[in-house]
Amino acid sequence: MSTEARALPSTVGFVSPTRRKVMGFVFLGIAAAIWLIFSRTTTPGVITTFTLNPGGSQNNFPDWVFTTLSALNIIAGLCALMGAYQLARGFGKSTNMVLGLVAGGFILAFLSWSAADNSLNLAGLLRSTLVRAVPITLGALSGVLCERAGVVNIAIEGMMLASAMTAALGGSLALNWMEPPYNLWFGLVVGVLTGGLLALVHALLSIKYKADQIVSGTVINIFAIGITSFISAKYLAKYRYLNNPGIFSDWKIPGLSDIPFFGPIVFDHNVFFFGMVTFLILLHFGLFFTRWGLRLRSVGEHPKVADTLGINVFKTRYMAVVLGGMMAGFGGSYFTLGSVGRFDEVMTAGRGFIGLAAMIFGNWKPFGSFGAGLLFGFADMLASKLAILGVKIPSEFLLMAPYVATMIVLAGVVGRGKMPAADGQPYEKET
Amino acid sequence: MAKDKTKSKETKSFFGVFLEELTSGSLLIPILAIISGLILGGLIVAITTEDVYTTWSRSPIEAIGLGVNAALKSYAALFNGSIGNPGRIISALQSGEAAELNRAFNPILESLTKSVPYIFAGLAVALGFRAGLFNIGAEGQLFMGAIFAVWIGFALKGLPTIIHLPLALGAGALGGAIWGFIPGFLKAKTGGHEVINTIMMNYIAFRLSEYLLRGPLQRPDTSNPISPFIEESAKLPRFFGSPIRFHLGFFVALLVAYGVYWLLFKTKWGFELRTVGINPRAARYAGMNIVSVTVIAMSLSGALAGLAGANEVLGLNYTLAPAFSSGFGFDSIALALIGKSHPVGVVLAALLFGTLRNGAIQMQIAANVPIDIISVMQALILAFIAAPAIIRTIYRLRAPDEEESIVLIRGWGG
Repeated sequence: MSTEARALPSTVGFVSPTRRKVMGFVFLGIAAAIWLIFSRTTTPGVITTFTLNPGGSQNNFPDWVFTTLSALNIIAGLCALMGAYQLARGFGKSTNMVLGLVAGGFILAFLSWSAADNSLNLAGLLRSTLVRAVPITLGALSGVLCERAGVVNIAIEGMMLASAMTAALGGSLALNWMEPPYNLWFGLVVGVLTGGLLALVHALLSIKYKADQIVSGTVINIFAIGITSFISAKYLAKYRYLNNPGIFSDWKIPGLSDIPFFGPIVFDHNVFFFGMVTFLILLHFGLFFTRWGLRLRSVGEHPKVADTLGINVFKTRYMAVVLGGMMAGFGGSYFTLGSVGRFDEVMTAGRGFIGLAAMIFGNWKPFGSFGAGLLFGFADMLASKLAILGVKIPSEFLLMAPYVATMIVLAGVVGRGKMPAADGQPYEKET
Repeated sequence: MAKDKTKSKETKSFFGVFLEELTSGSLLIPILAIISGLILGGLIVAITTEDVYTTWSRSPIEAIGLGVNAALKSYAALFNGSIGNPGRIISALQSGEAAELNRAFNPILESLTKSVPYIFAGLAVALGFRAGLFNIGAEGQLFMGAIFAVWIGFALKGLPTIIHLPLALGAGALGGAIWGFIPGFLKAKTGGHEVINTIMMNYIAFRLSEYLLRGPLQRPDTSNPISPFIEESAKLPRFFGSPIRFHLGFFVALLVAYGVYWLLFKTKWGFELRTVGINPRAARYAGMNIVSVTVIAMSLSGALAGLAGANEVLGLNYTLAPAFSSGFGFDSIALALIGKSHPVGVVLAALLFGTLRNGAIQMQIAANVPIDIISVMQALILAFIAAPAIIRTIYRLRAPDEEESIVLIRGWGG
């Protein structure tokens, strides 16, 4: 990042004129796409049915039934209106929110179109989107913590993978002296500590030994893949009881989970979802509204100034990286203790890297990362449902979407993200 | 003395730069790193041996003996599997039978065969490093190279080998080059960091290959995601009878390594590339075109990785299946760093990695040590290379006059 770019005004409301226009055209393009691809291929009079109860819920919420074509036309019209307003006046500060709305409109149009003359469990889709967003968001939050303090962490994937394994191993071993629900908590602690430990290695290599942070991250990724596969092949495959911790059951929040439609979607999850929401809120307030966060960010933006002001740059970075690793460890434990119930080799399958992408997509902000995590989780969920929906798009292309979207964001086509200025640079104290 | 030094600088030959580094001691770190990695790997084997724990309560000394024994057994299996059983080689040489000789020399030739993709992929990353680019996407470029090569390999029929084989190899290089060009272009034009872009490109390549192997490139008579076999004329010829798989690709790799050396150190363009890598500002001041150097360097890097994939399908598998690569992409970063981004160093490091990979198969069979221990060792070696201070502390080496740590990343974008 050049010095000129850093000197740009960084007030929250700043939107460059080009970006305003590009966004306007993006909105209009989406509107046109909805009309051209969906509306014109829909027979008039066909009805879409959305079921609004996720499976297994007691309370009956009536189905949402509407005429497909008119709904599509309304959505397309609204998107076009927003595009026109964006071009004429601009939404200013809330452009990103409107972009989210338009994207949501596109997704709704797509779902209505694919469920035309059919019924689709909308509540179930939303719920599994939330579930799939959990590991991605946790990975992204881990990245936010590290990179806000100026340490690039591409080892999220490795940390998640290693934690997934140790959590399963710890949870299974704990069965020897613990009753079932408690062994999972033990496994979770082991998983979180594993993430923290690997992060400490990353921190030592990149802060103390000033190794290149990408190389150090690569070391951890290779190591994690190697050691987990090694232990899995040597022990877990042979002794089944070492890899059978069980999974956390869902908690229904009393009262809230009875809210029709939203209740079962949002308030009936396991510890990982609630943990993610808690960390999301904590991290947001911690980073932007506390002294701790200000110091952490100052270390990531301008370590020399931070040092001059008496902030211990190294200590702050160690803390951020280790906390980030623990966050990744929590996310990694999700795979074994929150989802599958056992460890499989290379089971994270690139979720850590998607988390990294979500962090960039979310502009190095906790809630932005969560939004990106939702979007990527939705793509992930939809890819597995395409066959059921009977849509003739290869699911692989949908799975590519998050990566392509990240590259587009990184290229600055739809507005460049603001990364911490000292991201990736080792700090050397002058003596 | 000083006169000698200037003289040796003038007559820098192929090995010149390399030998200079060896004598000046900067090669000591990689060598010590490799040795330490191997020793630590043995230690992991020892402490993960089950018998150690079952006998520990009875007699700790016996348990330690068992652990050491297990490690030694693994090293022996590693050696026999990668270089060959010395006794067997001698007896085969005495008997002179062709089949015996084939079997005795198979391990070492197989090691050479296994190092071919490492040579290409290592060169790819090394070339990127020289231009100041961190190509972490060798894996994806390798996949694209394999896809392109296998497609040309089976789709074109009735061509003579002399045309078909170079065409297929070229297609592999092209596939990788495209996958390298995109991040290179984005880096040069928009500043989007190549590390994140190449990681994204990796996953796009994986998904694309999954799609292609279930669709356009699928073998007609099967429901498995696998491509048809390539034509006979597109195969890299093998030199010996079964079971030896040693093929022409090894010599192609050496030739390409020399080509990279020549390009980097003997041409004006190579000089520009290295200048851009060391100091982009100076390069711009000297009137060098950073945009074109970056884009071409990244494309070339991708092409080299693509050749690695092409060699795997044209020389060994003759078909393409998903996840055929065993992590060459990440390993190649280690290779480039161990080899100090010099073609000779990369080739030597690749030979080592190929040997380790090959020996590990025997180790898994004979000593019941999972093959993944090799990845652990590679990670450890890489850690020591990346942080030379660790090695210096362990072996009590003197710190160098100048800091040699490399910092390749300067943020993700902007």
